[in-house]
Amino acid sequence: MTPDALLPTLTARAKARAHTRTPTCPCDAVTLAHRPDATVVRHAGTVAKAHAPGTDPTTLTHRVTTAAALPGVFLPPLDPTPTPVHVPPHDRLVTFWPYGTPVDPDDPTAAPWEAAGTLLARLHRTHLTTPRKRPPNLPPMRGPQKAAAAITALHETTRRHPHPATTATATVTAHILRAWATLPPWARAEAPMPDTATLCHGDLHLGQLVRHPAPDGPWLLIDVDDLGVGVPAWDLARPAAWYACGLLPPEDWSRFLTAYRAAGGPAVPPDGDPWPALDVPARALTVQTAARSLTKAIAAGREPDEVDRLLIDACARMAFVPADLGNPSPT
Amino acid sequence: MQCPKCHAAMHTYNRNGVQIEQCSNCRGIFLDYGELEALTRLEAQWSQPAPPPPAAPQAYPAPPAPAWGAPHGGHHGHHGHHQRGFGRMLFSS
Repeated sequence: MTPDALLPTLTARAKARAHTRTPTCPCDAVTLAHRPDATVVRHAGTVAKAHAPGTDPTTLTHRVTTAAALPGVFLPPLDPTPTPVHVPPHDRLVTFWPYGTPVDPDDPTAAPWEAAGTLLARLHRTHLTTPRKRPPNLPPMRGPQKAAAAITALHETTRRHPHPATTATATVTAHILRAWATLPPWARAEAPMPDTATLCHGDLHLGQLVRHPAPDGPWLLIDVDDLGVGVPAWDLARPAAWYACGLLPPEDWSRFLTAYRAAGGPAVPPDGDPWPALDVPARALTVQTAARSLTKAIAAGREPDEVDRLLIDACARMAFVPADLGNPSPT
Repeated sequence: MQCPKCHAAMHTYNRNGVQIEQCSNCRGIFLDYGELEALTRLEAQWSQPAPPPPAAPQAYPAPPAPAWGAPHGGHHGHHGHHQRGFGRMLFSS
């Protein structure tokens, strides 16, 4: 694994693609992300993303096609299909996108909660409003798979770092695993999801929204890697989990939920208590986030910090409250 | 049934889901066991919106939260001093 071999190649590809779009290019280039599962570089108004090694080209093409069919919801891709780029030892699939201005990470108060709720509602209503825009062979959204992957990573990290595995760490790990055990099989990626019609983003957080055209166009969703059909409440569940754990002010949660409902989002009933629909996905994302946080803390040889603690404490409480299996979301 | 005071007939009324018997003559009221408590509870609910709102910065009533959520259902400022950590969480998978 030499992700570093990838970066210069991807940077060159982004530059070449940008120059086909703009003859007079200011040539400002920047690396936006460089992780084992994704590398993203920007060259002026063009962004190139190398998807995770092993990504299936057919599946990714379906996902890119879906985004292209939803121009008011997803950032439109520059090309209809991914480009294979040979970077030993892997071939990586690369997609090209126009640059959009992201949410300012230093200013959470400027987070576009209304836009996030409205865009998700539009996405979730696709099969009701424009059925032909959903390709028939779209795979399931990958939310539950990512939650399961976070649990696997926690297991591996506790095995690989036996020394900091103090009694405290073992207790915290046990809390997370007990909370995971409260979830139904579909939320742990052990069974198909109960909803196979609704289009979902699969990994919503505020890094998944950009304004296009930059800098002040309308907000749009980005990142098609987890896009697919499934339980739409999953897309609401990360803000729901943050709110439940005390990380997100109730005002922000209300703005998000109210906008989602106002736009006719089908994941929750139009009024009343949304938690019967949100409980399972919000638990799953709390567990996922707690597992990721603890994995990072163990790998860094530090104790969980205050924010990690809020998530872990919620996991500890979950074991005493049976999951609300609610009613299956309307399809 | 008959009124224990004046022995006139009593009629049953439903007040907010609580069954009460009232005498058709002296207007006296008979409550079964637990009904007084039920009415007191209802009264408390009715009068709840009456006290002036405390100097809370909250513009919205606290939305519902799950039982496993943070104490106070997430509506008492855990978040204020967590903006940094929250920002970190906000932008990652």
